[in-house]
Amino acid sequence: MQRHLISAADLTRDDAVLILDTAEEMARVADRPIKKLPTLRGRTIVNLFFEDSTRTRISFEAAEKRLSADVINFTAKGSSVSKGESLKDTAQTLEAMGVDAVVIRHGASGAPYRLANSGWVDAAVINAGDGTHQHPTQALLDAFTMRRRLIGRDAGLGQDLSGKRITVVGDVLHSRVARSNVDLLHTLGAEVTLVAPPTLVPVGVESWPCAVSYDLDSTLPKCDAVMMLRVQRERMNAAFFPTEREYSRRYGLDGDRMAKLPEHAIVMHPGPMVRGMEITAEVADSDRCTAIEQVANGVSIRMAVLYLLLGGNEPAQTRTEEK
Amino acid sequence: MSKILIRGAKVLGGEPQDVLIDGETIAEVGTDLGAEGAEVVEAAGKVLLPGLVDLHTHLREPGREDSETVLTGTRAAASGGYTAVFAMANTFPVADTAGVVEQVYRLGREHGYCDVQPIGAVTVGLEGRKLAELGAMHESAAGVTVFSDDGKCVDDAVIMRRALEYVKAFGGVVAQHAQEPRLTEGAQMNEGVVSAELGLGGWPAVAEESVIARDVLLAEHVGSRVHICHLSTAGSVEIVRWAKSRGIQVTAEVTPHHLLLTDELVRTYNPVYKVNPPLRTERDVLALREALADGTIDIVATDHAPHPHEDKDCEWAAAAMGMVGLETALSVVQETMVDTGLLDWAGVADRMSVKPARIGQAAGHGRPVSAGEPANLTLVDTEYRGRVDPAGFASRSRNTPYEGRELPGRVTHTWLRGKATLVDGKLT
Repeated sequence: MQRHLISAADLTRDDAVLILDTAEEMARVADRPIKKLPTLRGRTIVNLFFEDSTRTRISFEAAEKRLSADVINFTAKGSSVSKGESLKDTAQTLEAMGVDAVVIRHGASGAPYRLANSGWVDAAVINAGDGTHQHPTQALLDAFTMRRRLIGRDAGLGQDLSGKRITVVGDVLHSRVARSNVDLLHTLGAEVTLVAPPTLVPVGVESWPCAVSYDLDSTLPKCDAVMMLRVQRERMNAAFFPTEREYSRRYGLDGDRMAKLPEHAIVMHPGPMVRGMEITAEVADSDRCTAIEQVANGVSIRMAVLYLLLGGNEPAQTRTEEK
Repeated sequence: MSKILIRGAKVLGGEPQDVLIDGETIAEVGTDLGAEGAEVVEAAGKVLLPGLVDLHTHLREPGREDSETVLTGTRAAASGGYTAVFAMANTFPVADTAGVVEQVYRLGREHGYCDVQPIGAVTVGLEGRKLAELGAMHESAAGVTVFSDDGKCVDDAVIMRRALEYVKAFGGVVAQHAQEPRLTEGAQMNEGVVSAELGLGGWPAVAEESVIARDVLLAEHVGSRVHICHLSTAGSVEIVRWAKSRGIQVTAEVTPHHLLLTDELVRTYNPVYKVNPPLRTERDVLALREALADGTIDIVATDHAPHPHEDKDCEWAAAAMGMVGLETALSVVQETMVDTGLLDWAGVADRMSVKPARIGQAAGHGRPVSAGEPANLTLVDTEYRGRVDPAGFASRSRNTPYEGRELPGRVTHTWLRGKATLVDGKLT
C-alpha cells in the first residue's frame, strides 16, 4: 500500500483486493451492538472539505469515529479560505495542530495530488473527490458492492471482479466517479463499457481501458451491473444535450429498460440521485438498486482505507520520508 | 566610449574572426585585427550573434511590479542575450494609450540594459470591443508598430478586420493571440488523452487553429499583414504554411517551451507547466521544430511571463498561466534546433534576431555583424552544459519549467550599442 490514496489508478490488484477484504472485516463491526474499534485511538484526522458534500463527509466521519480517531471537520465556507487563504497555508495550519491524516475534497482536479507531493505537509492524504479527476473511495465501495452482490460476501473474499461486465452511464466528462471506476474495475479484471451522449464523453477517452457506446439499449442485456451517474440539469444550458426529457428518453433508466438487464444484474448509483432524470423512482426504489447499500458499504471501505493507510496501531512518528 | 576587440569568435557559427567595436558601432570585422587601445574579449570557440530580439515579453510594469519591472525584465533580457524586447500591452493600466507606451519606452531607455519597444493594445482595455488609439500610439515617442491584445484574443471578426485594415496606414502589424474564447471556457490544459485522464478542462487545438484560419483569410481579404503569437499546434503550422503558399502576409512565432515540453508534464499537477497556449503533444512539438527550421514559423519569441511564487505554489486550477523564458530561450533553442541539426547558428540569428527585428521594425537590431552596423551583439559559449538554477535569474520571478534540467549553451556577453550589459555571464 502507498502512503496516500490519491487515485484509483495507483492501486494494484492486490492492494484493491486487500482493501475489499479488510472492508468485509470492518463491516462486521457494524453488526455489533457497539460499533467501535480502538485502532486509531490517539490519531487525529481532519476532513478538509472545500466543496459541499454532506454524504461523503459524514461517511468518512463515521468511519473515523468507528476506528476511535479524533476527528476535526473543516469546511471552506466561513473559514479563512473564504478570506483568500491558500490551500498550502490551510493545510500547514492544520498540520501544525498535529494532524495525522488529511481527507480532502476539493473542486480543483489535482489538489490532493499537490497536497501529497509538494512538500507542504507530512500527513497521509486521502482523496475524497477532486474536481473531475478521481474519487477513489467511491470506486472501492462500488467494487465492494459489486463483489458482494455478484459473487457473495464470503465467497468474494480474496476475489477480484474478473469477467464481470459493468456499464457506466451518464455524464462521464464531468465525473470523477466514472474515471475512478474505470481505473479500478479494469485493475480488478472487469470489462467496463461507458455509455453517454458523445458530448459527455471526454476527448481522449480512447486511451482509457474500457469500451464506449452511445446506445444504452444494446448494452443492457450484456451487463452484470449498470451504474447510473448523476446528470446535472444545468448541463443542458451548455448544449451537452437538448432537453432533460430527451436525455431521459435516450439515457435514463426506467422500468422497461431495467427489464432488459439479465436477472442477476444490479443497478447502482453513487448518489445523490436525480429522480426522473437519469433514473426513475420505480428503478431507484426497486430491490435491484443498491444505492442505499452503497452508502453503508462506503463506511466499511473508508474504515478499511484509513486502517491500512494509517498502519493500525503503529506509532505516528514514522512518516517523514517524502518531505 | 572605448574600443572593444572580440577576438576569435565564430561569427554566426562560421570561421573565427575578430570584431572591433568602436563606440556604438562595429568598426571592423576581420582576422588578426590590432588590439591597440581596445579592451580585448577572448572569444575563441564561442559563437557571436547579433543581439537577440524578443517580439513577445511581459515586463509587467506598470501594475504588477511584484512579478517583474522594466528594470528586472530588461536585466533578464540582457542576461539571456537580448538587446531588444517588445513589451506586451496587458499591464495595469493597459498599454492602450500614448501615455502608457511612452512610459514603458522611457523606462527601458533610462535603465539601458535592453531596448524596450512597447506593443500597443488593439482594443481599449483589451476588451475586444473598441479600437484603441492605434495612430496616437504609433505617433508617440514610443513609435508603436506592433499591436496585440495578447492574453486575450481579438475574437470579434469585424474588430479584427478593422484593426488589420487600420494599421496599414502606418505600416503596423496586428499580433494575434489565437484563442477562440467559447471553445476554451474553463480550459486548463491541452485537450486530449492527458486532460481526459487528469480531469482538467481541455484547451482544444481547434480553438487556436480556427482563429488563425480566419485571420489569415482576413489578412488576405484586406491586403494587410498579420502576426500569429505563440503558435502551438501541428494544425496551426499547416494553416500558416498554406497561407504563405498563397502569398498571404502572415508571420508566426513559436515559444521555446513549445519546442521542448509536452502536456505529459501536467501529470505532476505542478502549475509551473501551466501556460497559455498550453503545452501540447510530442507530435505538435516535432511539427513546430520542423516548421521553424523550414521557415513556416518565422521566429522564436519567449512569451516571458513572470508570476509571483504564490501564484504557482497552489493547486493547478488556481494557478496563473505563464513561464519566464528570457534567460533560457537560447539554451532551449540550441537544445531543440541546433543540437538536433535542424538549424545552424546563422539560422538561429535569423529566427531570434533578424526576423523578429524586421517584423517589429526595431531599427538598429537584427543587423548583420559587419562594419558600420550598430554594435548590438551576443556572445555564446555553445560548449557549456549546465543545470538551470532559477536562484541565479535576473528576473524577479522564478516560474521556470526548466529548474534542474540540464541545457546547453550560456550567453557570456551582451553588448547594446557598444555598451556591455553582460560580461562573463554577469550583468553590468
